[in-house]
Amino acid sequence: MTSVSQHPVAKPAAYNPDAKIPALVWLKSNLFSSVWQSLLTVIVAAVLIRFCWFVLDWGVINAVFYTADPDTCRAATGACWAVIVEKHRPMLFGLYPYAEHWRLVLMMVIYLVTIVVSLSPRFWNLRLLVPLWIVATSAIGVLMFGGVFGLRYVPTSEWGGLPLTMLLFTGTVLIGMPIAVLLALGRRAPLPVARSVSVVFIEALRGVPLITILFVAVNVFPLFLPAGVEVNKLLRITIGIAIFFACYQAEVIRGGLQAIPRGQYEAAASISLSYWQTTRRIILPQALRICLPAITNHIIAAMKNTSFVIIIGLFDILTATTAVMQDPLWRSFYIEAYLFVALVYLFFGYALSLYARQVEKWIASGRI
Amino acid sequence: MTQSSFTDQTAAPVIRMENVSKWFGSFQALHEVNLDVRNGERVVVCGPSGSGKSTLIRCINRLEVHQSGQIFVKGLEMTDNVKNIDTIRRNIGMVFQNFNLFPHLTVLENLTLGPMLTKQVKKSAAEELAMHFLRKVRIPEQAHKYPLQLSGGQQQRVAIARSLCMEPEIMLFDEPTSALDPEMIKEVLDTMIELAESGMTMIVVTHEMGFARTVADSVVFMADGRKIESAPPEEFFGNPREERTRAFLDQILKH
Repeated sequence: MTSVSQHPVAKPAAYNPDAKIPALVWLKSNLFSSVWQSLLTVIVAAVLIRFCWFVLDWGVINAVFYTADPDTCRAATGACWAVIVEKHRPMLFGLYPYAEHWRLVLMMVIYLVTIVVSLSPRFWNLRLLVPLWIVATSAIGVLMFGGVFGLRYVPTSEWGGLPLTMLLFTGTVLIGMPIAVLLALGRRAPLPVARSVSVVFIEALRGVPLITILFVAVNVFPLFLPAGVEVNKLLRITIGIAIFFACYQAEVIRGGLQAIPRGQYEAAASISLSYWQTTRRIILPQALRICLPAITNHIIAAMKNTSFVIIIGLFDILTATTAVMQDPLWRSFYIEAYLFVALVYLFFGYALSLYARQVEKWIASGRI
Repeated sequence: MTQSSFTDQTAAPVIRMENVSKWFGSFQALHEVNLDVRNGERVVVCGPSGSGKSTLIRCINRLEVHQSGQIFVKGLEMTDNVKNIDTIRRNIGMVFQNFNLFPHLTVLENLTLGPMLTKQVKKSAAEELAMHFLRKVRIPEQAHKYPLQLSGGQQQRVAIARSLCMEPEIMLFDEPTSALDPEMIKEVLDTMIELAESGMTMIVVTHEMGFARTVADSVVFMADGRKIESAPPEEFFGNPREERTRAFLDQILKH
């Protein structure tokens, strides 16, 4: 320590924030920094390689992509993607009359365009969105039901597949979110009546399995209606899923509401805003931003909950696939069929979470 | 002499508090407080923390509800009557210790929201009004930023401008400089002094005794929820009547 001056330390290179880290250095510090980490790296790499090889071997090299003959598939050692080519129409569209499937394709295009437009901030303008939704919902209604313009009438009991899943999901969110907001506000409302109604509603429905609520909506609810009055089964089940969704979502939103400091309410009161003005302009925008990740979580869960329509004999994409796979010629290839359905769910689920992440970025940058 | 030239000694007070008491649970925060504030008068309220000075001014625009006594603002009594509360609040602006700006709105939107929603002022007119007051507090260039992008002193000046956009006749300040870094206190006090010079009726809860000395028409000292004494600043600082006032002034004026 005494002879520091005799061994001058070389002046360290100036720090360059843009310098690239050499690949070997990166590998050493991130994958092989200790014995245990090296071991872990090797094991994980081995498992990953094995898995990727299996996917390639089973899913691509030895797979059958196109054949109308199930025996060709049976002879092969790999996957039989041909089952999807062969059966995609009943899987995607369920019991909907075969000759009318073009209507569903058109419906899905209109649906997706409407959704994509509605979710882009640059189109957030009521003068555009209100007419768009009126036109889109009427067009979708006409296409799905038919009965006008020479289109054959198709009752809701024959609707199915992916369009049904989309409609149920959209209906759930559109009906459920406003109920959720009202329940969350009700639970914190100054009026004791609103508070107790919300608490009882949320606690009662949250403590019950979804399937029970749907059973009530389908089998018990009609008993309370006067004779001759009937509410469409599909509508009943959508409202059932929506209310279940709303009860969970309400608690998420309540969490966001609780995070808003008291000063925000006081500042709003000091410029004499009313309760609803304060709620709509000051409190809710902040609360919903805070709990957006959790809201997304429940929205994705709601998408998958649509598969519960099986209990009223409607064929959403999952149930339709199960039904299609009863075909004795193709039934042994159910794994491929279900993988396809999983991919469809994954596509929509992942799109939702990507969008939510984008919204978080927009919020962070002050764009919305 | 010019100091109280805006104060009309003969007119009825714009704010009159009579025997106002307030409890938080079983804790009594205000003990039968009486206070009269005349049009154009500048009142500074001081006292140790927990003395009820914030509670006092928060009762005036009903951010706190008093349980006994009466509060009149321009002759209108503050009761449960929602219409009265609304009328009174329109006449009273309030500035908070923590600014309480709306973080999801730009500075300009913070300012235009009140006039647009409560007075149905058109957007263009509201923006013009907002820019007018932003120039008054000397930060028009920050109009399109978000509150959290500004310094504390700038945020507090935006908060003052937000209150002024409602064109109130009375302004309440609840420790407006207590959350600020020392170098920002002056810019906020300067804004408040300008406001005082324009003839605004002001009640200011603050520990800034320099401000009290130069701006106030009367200084009110509170302790334990009671109004201990109230006097013009020369008398209050030069010759306090009460022992507790003297002790308090000794403590805060020592350094």
